[in-house]
Amino acid sequence: MAECPSAIPFGTLAGEHHLQVGGKCASLGTMSQAGLPVPPGFAITTRVFADARETSGVMPRIKELIDDIDDRDGAALARVAAAARDLVRSWPLPEVHESEIRRMYAELCELCDLDEVPVAVRSSATSEDSPDASFAGEHDSYLWVCGIDEVLDKVRACWASLYTDRAITYRNQMGYAHDEVDMAVAVQKMVRPRSAGVAFTLDPTNGDRSGICIDAAWGFGEGVVSGDVTPDNFLVDKVMWSISRRTISPKTHAHLLTEQGDGHRPVVTRVELDEDKANAPCLTDAEIVAIARLARVAEKHYGFAQDIEWAVDDDLPQGSDVVLLQARPETVWSKKKRDVGAKVDAMASIVDTLVNPLYSKRGTQPA
Amino acid sequence: MADRFPSPFEIETPAGAEGWRELYTYSSVFSEERRDYEDTGFWFHDGVHWPEAMTPWDTTFLEFAIASLSQYNTRHYLIPPAYGVDYRILNGYVYLSPVPAPEEEIEARVPHFMERAGFYFGNWDRLYDDWLVKIRALVQEMSDLTFEPLPEMEDLEVITSGAGVGSGNALLAGYHRLLDLGLTLWQYHFEFLNLGYAAYLDFFGFCKTAFPSIPDLAIAKMVAGVDVDLFRPDDELKRLARLAVSSGVDDRFGTGDVKDTWAKLHSDDVGQAWIAEWEKSAEPWFNFSTGSGFYHSDKIWIENIEVPVGYITDYIVKVKEGVDLDRPVAALHVERDRVVSEYRELLASDEDREAFDGKLGLSRTVFPYVENHNFYVEHWAHSVLWRKMKDLGAVLHGAGFIAEVNDVFMFKRSEVGEVLWDLYSAWAVGAPPRGPGYWPAEVERRRGIHQALKGWSAPPALGIPPEVVTEPFTVMLWGITSDSVSAWLNAGEGGEEGVLTGFAASPGLVEGPARVIFSADQVGEIQDGEILVAPLTAPSWAPVFGKIKATVTDVGGMMSHAAIVCREYGLPAVTGTAFGTKTITTGQILRVDGNTGKVTVIG
Repeated sequence: MAECPSAIPFGTLAGEHHLQVGGKCASLGTMSQAGLPVPPGFAITTRVFADARETSGVMPRIKELIDDIDDRDGAALARVAAAARDLVRSWPLPEVHESEIRRMYAELCELCDLDEVPVAVRSSATSEDSPDASFAGEHDSYLWVCGIDEVLDKVRACWASLYTDRAITYRNQMGYAHDEVDMAVAVQKMVRPRSAGVAFTLDPTNGDRSGICIDAAWGFGEGVVSGDVTPDNFLVDKVMWSISRRTISPKTHAHLLTEQGDGHRPVVTRVELDEDKANAPCLTDAEIVAIARLARVAEKHYGFAQDIEWAVDDDLPQGSDVVLLQARPETVWSKKKRDVGAKVDAMASIVDTLVNPLYSKRGTQPA
Repeated sequence: MADRFPSPFEIETPAGAEGWRELYTYSSVFSEERRDYEDTGFWFHDGVHWPEAMTPWDTTFLEFAIASLSQYNTRHYLIPPAYGVDYRILNGYVYLSPVPAPEEEIEARVPHFMERAGFYFGNWDRLYDDWLVKIRALVQEMSDLTFEPLPEMEDLEVITSGAGVGSGNALLAGYHRLLDLGLTLWQYHFEFLNLGYAAYLDFFGFCKTAFPSIPDLAIAKMVAGVDVDLFRPDDELKRLARLAVSSGVDDRFGTGDVKDTWAKLHSDDVGQAWIAEWEKSAEPWFNFSTGSGFYHSDKIWIENIEVPVGYITDYIVKVKEGVDLDRPVAALHVERDRVVSEYRELLASDEDREAFDGKLGLSRTVFPYVENHNFYVEHWAHSVLWRKMKDLGAVLHGAGFIAEVNDVFMFKRSEVGEVLWDLYSAWAVGAPPRGPGYWPAEVERRRGIHQALKGWSAPPALGIPPEVVTEPFTVMLWGITSDSVSAWLNAGEGGEEGVLTGFAASPGLVEGPARVIFSADQVGEIQDGEILVAPLTAPSWAPVFGKIKATVTDVGGMMSHAAIVCREYGLPAVTGTAFGTKTITTGQILRVDGNTGKVTVIG
């Protein structure tokens, strides 16, 4: 195997490197490879972590601190953990790695046409001895990180989060050695959605598997998910890719980014929209079809009907601005059997069609 | 919303059209004798086939067609819920009314239908092959008809052969023969069509049950053929355009009128070789009407060669620009297979997939007839019959009965027998006929009435709409559904301003300037990049589909010619808007959404 790179963009993150990038990055890489456009970014591999750790020479000291601690003694644990984190945050970053990370962040800025693109810096822990360990939620993540210096700082902060009180306790409980866990880091663009929402790979009103149903509103998808905004609704045929139903709703509110007064870190606020904006469709036809295609790819990738969250991110170039935020299996209709149960005998079926024509059933449907 | 359309008995005669009823068969007009029946029915204007006011003789094929359609439903196959379609002429326009079978008869009709229709479905390919032979023989018989002026003296041959009958007999018999062949043609037309639609509707219903939101055009796409005779005339034009370029005679086109082009082509061997190829294409493929084929005034390519030669001239320009004129047949096959396999995969069970395969298979078996019959009947055979009627008109014109050849169409079909009798018997006697003194003035009076009727705007429907439209052929052939009926009732009553709705007949969304066209004569006005708005389109307009961005029609459904051709050309189409040509004016900017069937005037 070729030597593991310092950092790998999600779009080219192949399976051979999954062990060096941790579960979270591997999953982002898999989705990108499957044609599911997650927000762009890159993985900083465990090689960087390992090289920095070795170069620092402080591991014996950290090991000594932690091995002796009784994790039931909260105060002692907190003291030791803080000391260990301070040590990690002082690790020097070997030049070869730092320049590579700088380059990748610069490319991300260029893609988004921004000087300092806001990113999320997330821990992505892994263990060669226990490749299936998830470490879900055990380590820290940082949102709205702007500029390369802050990114490099937060990378060390992620590494250091191996030594939070709860991470140490977790490893003790699960029986992992403290030096067995390596830390990769995901650097991923923060989505700044013009519009966002959810999509089902079937029509939730009737279980029609040929339709992809999209709910969409201005700004972040919180309003759509929580139901505090009446979204626009679109139905797209997943074979013809035509929009077979569209309902534009008065989207009176939107969840939008606002800068907080005291710091530069933005927050999402629910704001009222003027009437024109509220009644305008929040997606173009091309975006509607792009979202539907994305949902269909997710459905095919996972092999089940999906319920996805998506966003249209204006920072990204047109044509690749629809991103997938989350995908999970649809659970309501997928469990129901939905046969037509048509007569297989052709003549009997034709008689049935003629005597009970379809249009008599749908004659009074609203336009 | 109004709950009914005007009564046919409330409709007033347009000024100047008084006496119009006498121009049509006595049984085809609304009348007091049947008022109870007529006034409780639902009648819709058939603008798909007969968009304009009819001259008297032209109603012949209308009557033949509707009676034949009805006969197969009612008497041959016993379509369980449907009798035929009744028809009336009002102010020169055609109104139709589907007649349901009485509720109590439906069950008893079922076993007969299964046996009779089952026989046709079970032997379809053989019977269709036979049909193609029958229809060609019939057209040949029509072509063999001759109408000649009566001679001063019978040929000696008539005497020496012991024929025993003369030219007058032949003239009278020839007209009767023309009518017989015409009715036979229409019997043949409906031998397969109703069953073809029934099989298609069964597949359609299955797809709509499995996938309630499946676009109608997706179903059409799965069934439709790629190599269809209806596209053949256009393909022949392209072939001739390519030949003109490759053989170097292309510079003889588009420089003067068609006579000039023809003279230049005749001037040398290579030009004559091109004309020989033209003649191969022309019979039968240029027996192609620029209209629905139901009007004597429809231009037929082979008789108006400036039309096809004009299209060839346009195609020559494109060939020289290196444009690929071929329809992407291979890609269309691939796309059809993709659509089929993806929907099939989405079905819930193997049992459903088995039913889907069976129904799709039967639909594809029957569809070549559905797609191809139109060329043979409305275009080819009708072209011949119109030509023969014009020959007959020339005889009457020569005898002084009418001022112009086409005035023969101002006679009712039954009157033509009387007129010929007048001509014949006067010729036999050697005394003057009454006709030359009587008919020219009468034809002139009728022409005035017809002119007044042409200016009248036919309402889309009359009478009391059914609660739901269930008659399957009404839905398939005319695109009339409960939804379109309620849209008509709503028209002008607070519907969305500047928005028309119709069938989403071919997908896509475009914006562009409107070009409103009322007849084939105006087709030349269409400019590149315009949106065609017309009462309906004819298949022979195919070459203009290379110029326009989208099509909007007043009438027609998913299976109308405009819908089929637009899908083929990949243009958005909204059909059956009812009011497109009435509310849109040339130059307005439209947004045509072929995905949803919505047309919006945006500027």
